[in-house]
Amino acid sequence: MPWDRNQMAARAAEELEDGMYVNLGIGIPTLVANYVGDKDITLQSENGMLGMGPFPFEGEEDPDLINAGKQTITELHRTSYFDSATSFGMIRGGKIAAAVLGAMEVAENGDLANWMIPGKLVKGMGGAMDLVAGVGRVIVVMDHTNKHGDSKVLKACTLPLTGKGVVDRIITNLGVLDVVEGGLKIVETADGVSEDDLRAATEATIV
Amino acid sequence: MKKVYGSASEALDGLLQDGMLIASGGFGLCGIPELLIDALVKSGVKDLTVASNNAGVDGFGLGKLLETKQVAKMMSSYVGENAEFMRQYLSGELELEFNPQGTLAERMRAGGCGIPGFYTKTGVGTVIAEGKEHKEFNGETYILEEGIFADLAIVKAWKADETGNAIFRKTARNFNPPAAMCGKVCVMEVEEIVPKGSLDPDHIHLPGIYVHRLIQGEHEKRIEQRTTRPRPDGTARKAEEA
Repeated sequence: MPWDRNQMAARAAEELEDGMYVNLGIGIPTLVANYVGDKDITLQSENGMLGMGPFPFEGEEDPDLINAGKQTITELHRTSYFDSATSFGMIRGGKIAAAVLGAMEVAENGDLANWMIPGKLVKGMGGAMDLVAGVGRVIVVMDHTNKHGDSKVLKACTLPLTGKGVVDRIITNLGVLDVVEGGLKIVETADGVSEDDLRAATEATIV
Repeated sequence: MKKVYGSASEALDGLLQDGMLIASGGFGLCGIPELLIDALVKSGVKDLTVASNNAGVDGFGLGKLLETKQVAKMMSSYVGENAEFMRQYLSGELELEFNPQGTLAERMRAGGCGIPGFYTKTGVGTVIAEGKEHKEFNGETYILEEGIFADLAIVKAWKADETGNAIFRKTARNFNPPAAMCGKVCVMEVEEIVPKGSLDPDHIHLPGIYVHRLIQGEHEKRIEQRTTRPRPDGTARKAEEA
């Protein structure tokens, strides 16, 4: 059985180590926070916060306290706030250990496309280009294929890039792949998914 | 010199001209200068270029200034929440310059610090890098981005004293300090103006040197995405962290 959204998030959470400062993207990456367990992880929200807490209880929403997806959130005892230039200073400066992000396409050379589909409404890259260029490790979490069954793990991206050669590890519903010299290396497969299944769903070169 | 003005319109008096570049604070609808945006709408100033991370929503924030077609160009990182913006953009009425969010923030900060350009890895190998100078440092490629020097900055803080020393609240700080810094003139709106001496000098987020005019007013502070979690039945809220 391929992994579901929560299993993918749980697998991504295994990538995070005690003491890390981490940025989680919107979608499945947000679920990663539910699976960090006892690890001491500090979440960054790039609109200017370290130590992001869970959603507030109803009636306790604060319009001055939102995450990068503009959702109301809460603070923790460890929380600090800062301005956007400082926030992206710590991202660009390599202080954030890892980012977990969704993607439309990933290529075997680590190219990432997740912000724009030509001909469709373009909303903007937000902080994604800064994150993938700056953080220590970029972990992509996404479905292995699109809704037409085409591979999203490609030899080369077809969509406009968010970053060139930036992805370190890809976690999909079928397994885990690393970007290495010459292509992608299978790290593990989801329970019940064979390496052959994974290869069949992957356009990229597997070494 | 007296910095405190009676209203947003008074505070903008004499500062506006068509075609000017305005930097605005705010992220989404959080920490936006609501009152100054309303006063800009009232003023009728037009052909504006606005550097702001987002473009508001229909009917609120910078969305109001778009509805009246006073904006000719936006410099932003994300504009997804505004149908009128998209209509004007797709029909060619409105120009849009996408900036990666951190690049936009740093362009404002740099402009405010007298730095006309800086090199960054952000956007290398993407459409953002097209037409920009590339340079190698220690074997890695960077692109040149330019500082923003705005004619006017409009920002929102929580509290300020009469000299403009300002304190922000939680994530409403966001782009406000860098936007304030990059304006030749900065007008700030706050929820409360307090007497000199009542803010701890060690706790000032933005020194008054960056703030030229100041107003106090009521803020709607609209929430864009209200998200909550279920309250565990009958139990008080636990401390989330020891």
